[in-house]
Amino acid sequence: MLKIENLHTTVGGHEILKGLSLDVPAGEVHAIMGPNGSGKSTLSYTVAGRDGYAASEGAVMLEGTNILGLAPDVRAAKGLFLSFQHPMEIPGVQTMTFIRTALNAQRRARGEAEVSAADFIRLIREKAKLVGLDDAKLKRPFNVGFSGGEKKRMEMLQLAIFEPRFAIMDETDSGLDIDALKMVGDVVNALRGPERGFLIITHYQRLLHYIKPDRVHVLAGGRIVKSGAAGLAAELEKSGYEQFIEAA
Amino acid sequence: MVEATYKEGIDKATVAATASLETYKYGFTTDVQSAKPPKGLNEDTVRYISAKKEEPDWLLEWRLVAFRRWLTMEEPTWAMVDYPQIDYQDAYYYSEPASGAKYESIDDVPPEILADFEKLGIPLREAEVLLGVEGAAASAAEARMGEASNADGGGRKVAVDAVFDSVSVATTFKNELAKAGVIFLSFSEAVREHPDLVRKYLGTVVPTSDNFFATLNSAVFSDGTFVYVPEGVKCPMELSTYFRINEANTGQFERTLIIVAPGAYVSYLEGCTAPMRDENQLHAAVVELIIEDDAEIKYSTVQNWYPGDKDGKGGIYNFVTKRADCRGVNAKVSWTQVETGSAITWKYPSCILRGDNSQGEFYSIAITNNHQQADTGTKMIHLGKNTRSRIISKGISAGKSNSTYRGLVSVHRKADNVRNFTQCDSLLIGNECGAHTIPYVEAKNPSAILEHEATTSRLSEDQLFYCRQRGLSEEDAVALLVNGFCKDVLQKLPMEFAVEAQKLVSVSLEGSVG
Ligand SMILES: Nc1ncnc2c1ncn2[C@@H]1O[C@H](COP(=O)(O)OP(=O)(O)OP(=O)(O)O)[C@@H](O)[C@H]1O
Ligand SMILES: [Mg+2]
Repeated sequence: MLKIENLHTTVGGHEILKGLSLDVPAGEVHAIMGPNGSGKSTLSYTVAGRDGYAASEGAVMLEGTNILGLAPDVRAAKGLFLSFQHPMEIPGVQTMTFIRTALNAQRRARGEAEVSAADFIRLIREKAKLVGLDDAKLKRPFNVGFSGGEKKRMEMLQLAIFEPRFAIMDETDSGLDIDALKMVGDVVNALRGPERGFLIITHYQRLLHYIKPDRVHVLAGGRIVKSGAAGLAAELEKSGYEQFIEAA
Repeated sequence: MVEATYKEGIDKATVAATASLETYKYGFTTDVQSAKPPKGLNEDTVRYISAKKEEPDWLLEWRLVAFRRWLTMEEPTWAMVDYPQIDYQDAYYYSEPASGAKYESIDDVPPEILADFEKLGIPLREAEVLLGVEGAAASAAEARMGEASNADGGGRKVAVDAVFDSVSVATTFKNELAKAGVIFLSFSEAVREHPDLVRKYLGTVVPTSDNFFATLNSAVFSDGTFVYVPEGVKCPMELSTYFRINEANTGQFERTLIIVAPGAYVSYLEGCTAPMRDENQLHAAVVELIIEDDAEIKYSTVQNWYPGDKDGKGGIYNFVTKRADCRGVNAKVSWTQVETGSAITWKYPSCILRGDNSQGEFYSIAITNNHQQADTGTKMIHLGKNTRSRIISKGISAGKSNSTYRGLVSVHRKADNVRNFTQCDSLLIGNECGAHTIPYVEAKNPSAILEHEATTSRLSEDQLFYCRQRGLSEEDAVALLVNGFCKDVLQKLPMEFAVEAQKLVSVSLEGSVG
């Protein structure tokens, strides 16, 4: 589903990703853990196509096509979703308007019919309940003045509405209370299926209690240095990353 | 004084600003036979115009006084705009469709002119309701869905006065308005039908000697709009005037005069477009507003004159004098403007707050792209006690353009308890544009409380990427972010026009990033 081969990315003159390879088959959920500054967000930006994060080498295959070189919105329309470690505020643009504009832009790009205003309101209300955001928030400017946890809920709201093919979740669990953590688990588990893949970037195994990963990878020094089954997360939490930093 | 200038680097935008020619969708010309005096400007030109309009002697005399005065004046140079010397003898000062200046009914308006306005989304047939550009009805519904509080957007009537080059070709809903006692006529008609009213108020807010361009306008003004709302009347519909320059080498000099009697209210909107032409064309309008006790005017402008091509060739010089006189106590005026067009904009809608407790507001969006230049702002002249004013200015500069906010808040010695709040925000797109904020303050009364806030920021790469990750194309993302930046001002427009203005914001920034 998402197959990354020998990915190299240089940011601000420093090579951050140094030949990273990773394969998440359709239907699976993989987790990536790794020390601060090891390149986890860089990986997510490179895959999503952010300016300044272009790969110098390698390939990112989404369902068989190399998406490197495609515009970020084209990748989004192909079903790639990134839950941001630090979501943005969009002043002056109502939350409902923002999400609906985005949803319809994706749908248009795929040649699908746009969602009508009435259908959209129904959809967003239903999903907002799921992620614990009330109606008043949907009418406020997008993320403006929202708490850190609310912004993460807003990312999950978009995940639930867009139903992407592949989602990268960059530290969605950071800053979330226990109920919210469980909510993230519920949203992801509801979407889990044979046609969909997830890459979950996290520092703690607690989210992985709710979302059982098929594989866990350790990213250090710009490469995947170890992969294992779900149990690896608990092991890491005990032993830390030191051994890998030396290895990398 | 707060000033921020950014000029550095290589402009990606210019390289990528593809075919901006195609982005100005109002750039067509309409093939209409026209009648014009010879090129050039002298007393005979003034007499020709006055005779064409069958004006009374006093008005011809008024024009001639202005003309003689103008000959002694010099073009102002203090604005932050740069353009070659204008040759005032190398232009036409009057142009009317040859089939005649006035039409008794909409059925007499030449079909090509009707079609021209239709292309602009301005229906002149009364059965139709003005809802702006195509798709606006759906968007208005959407906007309502978003903000349920803004009820009943669609389906409201808007009366239109359509000015084509130098003449008004149609004014709609005249009868319905007359029933309410509202006079809504082209300026020429008003001179014929209500000469005493016109004579009483004309030039009392912007005198013939006011400034170079206003004085020129006083000498050669062609047509425009006249509105009178009598005591206690709340005008039953939005009024609007659409100005269209069609003819080449022709200046447009319109005159708008609006009077609201005590306790009356009107909301008025003007829209402007012009064909794409390689040479620059001059537009020098004068707007005078008179607001009596407890009366209110909401005056909105959506200015989309042709801005010139991406290399700065052609475009309208928009040198306009607009002033509101709050003569009565508790009088209230608000100017809302969306300035996206013109090669050069030079415009400072002002409020003279003479009546005690009167209020003036100025809400402005000025967008410049490519080589456009805008020097715009407002003057709030506080003469009365307890007068209040509020200024919100949003300047957006892209390409190699330059945008200046220039504002004056002046408090007279005897004006106690004055309050002003000013907020100027500038947004820069790319590295080759400039934004400047020049607020002047003259406070001669110590009780005044004047607040000023100013920000300058660059379009955020982080926000842009976030939007694009969600599926928005670069242009849609820029449009969304800029519309968000302008939200406080867009909200002040009547609902019907807010949707149109939002689209205009998007269109005028096409090709601005890349
Ligand atoms: N624009 C930039 N210029 C220079 N260095 C950068 C830039 N962006 C990122 N880096 C560096 O790249 C490295 C990887 O950063 P990245 O954000 O990918 O780490 P991370 O694994 O997501 O860390 P965390 O766990 O703290 O979120 C860091 O050392 C960071 O300082
Ligand atoms: Mg990170």
